[in-house]
Amino acid sequence: MYGGGNTFEGIKTDSIALEDPIKLAEFEARIARGEKIEPSDWMPQLYRKQLIRMIEQHAHSEIIGALPEGTWITRAPGFKRKMSLMAKVQDEVGHGQLLYSAAETLGKPREQMIEDLINGKSKYSNIFNYPTFTWADCCFISWLVDAGAIVNQLANAKGSYGPYCRALDRICAEESFHLKYGHHCVIYLASGTAKQRQMFQEALNRWWPPMMHFFGPSDKISAHTEVLMRWKVKMGTNDDMRNQFLDMYVPKIWELGFTIPDPNLKKNPETGRWDYTEPDWEEFKRVINGDGPCNKERLEVRRIAEERGRWVREALKTSKTAYVTPLA
Amino acid sequence: MSIALKELLYKMADDQLILGHRNSEWTGMGPLLEEDIAFSSMAQDKVGQSLALYTLLNQLGESDPDTIAFTRNANQFHNCVLVELPNQEYDFSLIRHFLFDTAEALRFEMLTRSSYEPLAQLATKIRGELRYHTLHANTWIKQLGSATPESIGRLQKSLDYAIPYALGIFEASPHEDDLIKSGVFEGEQKLKEKWMAKVESIITQTSLHLPDWNLAQPLFGGRQGKHSEHLQPLLDEMSEVFKIDPTAEW
Repeated sequence: MYGGGNTFEGIKTDSIALEDPIKLAEFEARIARGEKIEPSDWMPQLYRKQLIRMIEQHAHSEIIGALPEGTWITRAPGFKRKMSLMAKVQDEVGHGQLLYSAAETLGKPREQMIEDLINGKSKYSNIFNYPTFTWADCCFISWLVDAGAIVNQLANAKGSYGPYCRALDRICAEESFHLKYGHHCVIYLASGTAKQRQMFQEALNRWWPPMMHFFGPSDKISAHTEVLMRWKVKMGTNDDMRNQFLDMYVPKIWELGFTIPDPNLKKNPETGRWDYTEPDWEEFKRVINGDGPCNKERLEVRRIAEERGRWVREALKTSKTAYVTPLA
Repeated sequence: MSIALKELLYKMADDQLILGHRNSEWTGMGPLLEEDIAFSSMAQDKVGQSLALYTLLNQLGESDPDTIAFTRNANQFHNCVLVELPNQEYDFSLIRHFLFDTAEALRFEMLTRSSYEPLAQLATKIRGELRYHTLHANTWIKQLGSATPESIGRLQKSLDYAIPYALGIFEASPHEDDLIKSGVFEGEQKLKEKWMAKVESIITQTSLHLPDWNLAQPLFGGRQGKHSEHLQPLLDEMSEVFKIDPTAEW
């Protein structure tokens, strides 16, 4: 699962001027023709750097995202849910594995990426810094956070970097099952007892603001990313992605009889886009910079897992061990 | 015969459910992503196997699988104590996985010849799944059991700790003779002998050593519903949502 948006703050484009103009022109022409860039192809430094950053953040989001849902595996009600949720969260970890491999093709080893995650140097999707208080919160993530991720990922799958696109094609296929699973869980809550309906309504009230944040700051305040759009690193604006999500899922939420906690949310017949209360971007910034309800806990869990697992990884190394970039 | 058969099915189903649950706790916590994924696969297999066994019990007149699994208390569970122990660090989880799944692979191999046809059919399917579990366990035991002083030391310590519990897997049923005579199951004693030979064959390929079997004291009780302090909290957690309203559909 992944929300874009926070990836491209304030990039410096100075380095482009230092690139070989002929190679740069060829590179841009290839992308304009819809060709994919492969690991051994020439690419501008900025392209490499931004892709590593984006794919790495995506990978981190998958493994951190496994935590808020993973905590409900041991509490899932009944065999059907228990087995589905295990498989679903396992998929997320598998996506992390695929994406770390895709990022490694650009020259940054997985261990270094995980180290940067733990020391706070690299980010992950902000939404996972919020707690899952009840089973219904877990259902919200499975259905709607995954839905938001699919909107982003389907767009990114049309990007220019081959290994990332191929990973995303596989990921999207699996995510579509997650979406069905999550929707199924929510339908059962919606058509269940008064208590079950109330559980989901409360989860929706809690998760709506972070869900609106999920796609990143409004285009009005986002950094300019024209060059990344031209290079097909970034495939749509934050507001476009948010609007697409609202278009697809607001009617489905309403259909189940739930109330979305935003009195201003409505489709504007003139623009064809959704109007909504402007999300609190100050809170978004505060949380992404480490001051959310669960940031410390999430990184602490990851840090403990890394430290406790170190002896295992050490024991796998032999005198013949050498670093190999994965094929992707 | 029905009581003996049900008891056999209950203890096997409870073993799979509880260890499946423990394995699933590794999700997001593994020493490397590949192990998160592997333990999750094994957890899914085990919980699925328990569901299949509870379904056989349901066909013999017991409650539906969700009710059996999510509403009993610890003293009504018949799993061995080994599977309910907390995961601790990876060395213990790996050793437990090795000791338990070696026994399970042999148990279900024996059960493919069971005179109770539904169990024999199910055992054929489960045996296929367990082949991968033992392949996984053996690969890791051989690697970590011969690698660094730390990995060898940790595995040895966990092995010494786990052996008495592992011998508890083979706690005899009061109906052992009935099961053997009727050809439903060849019995815990025979299984234990095969298990000791198999465990030895792997451990001798490492720098680890096994205790003297004659001196090792089995820790029994689980099969009679006598558990460690760890099982009830596990069950409370497992049924937390289910018990909000057991009549609701989730």
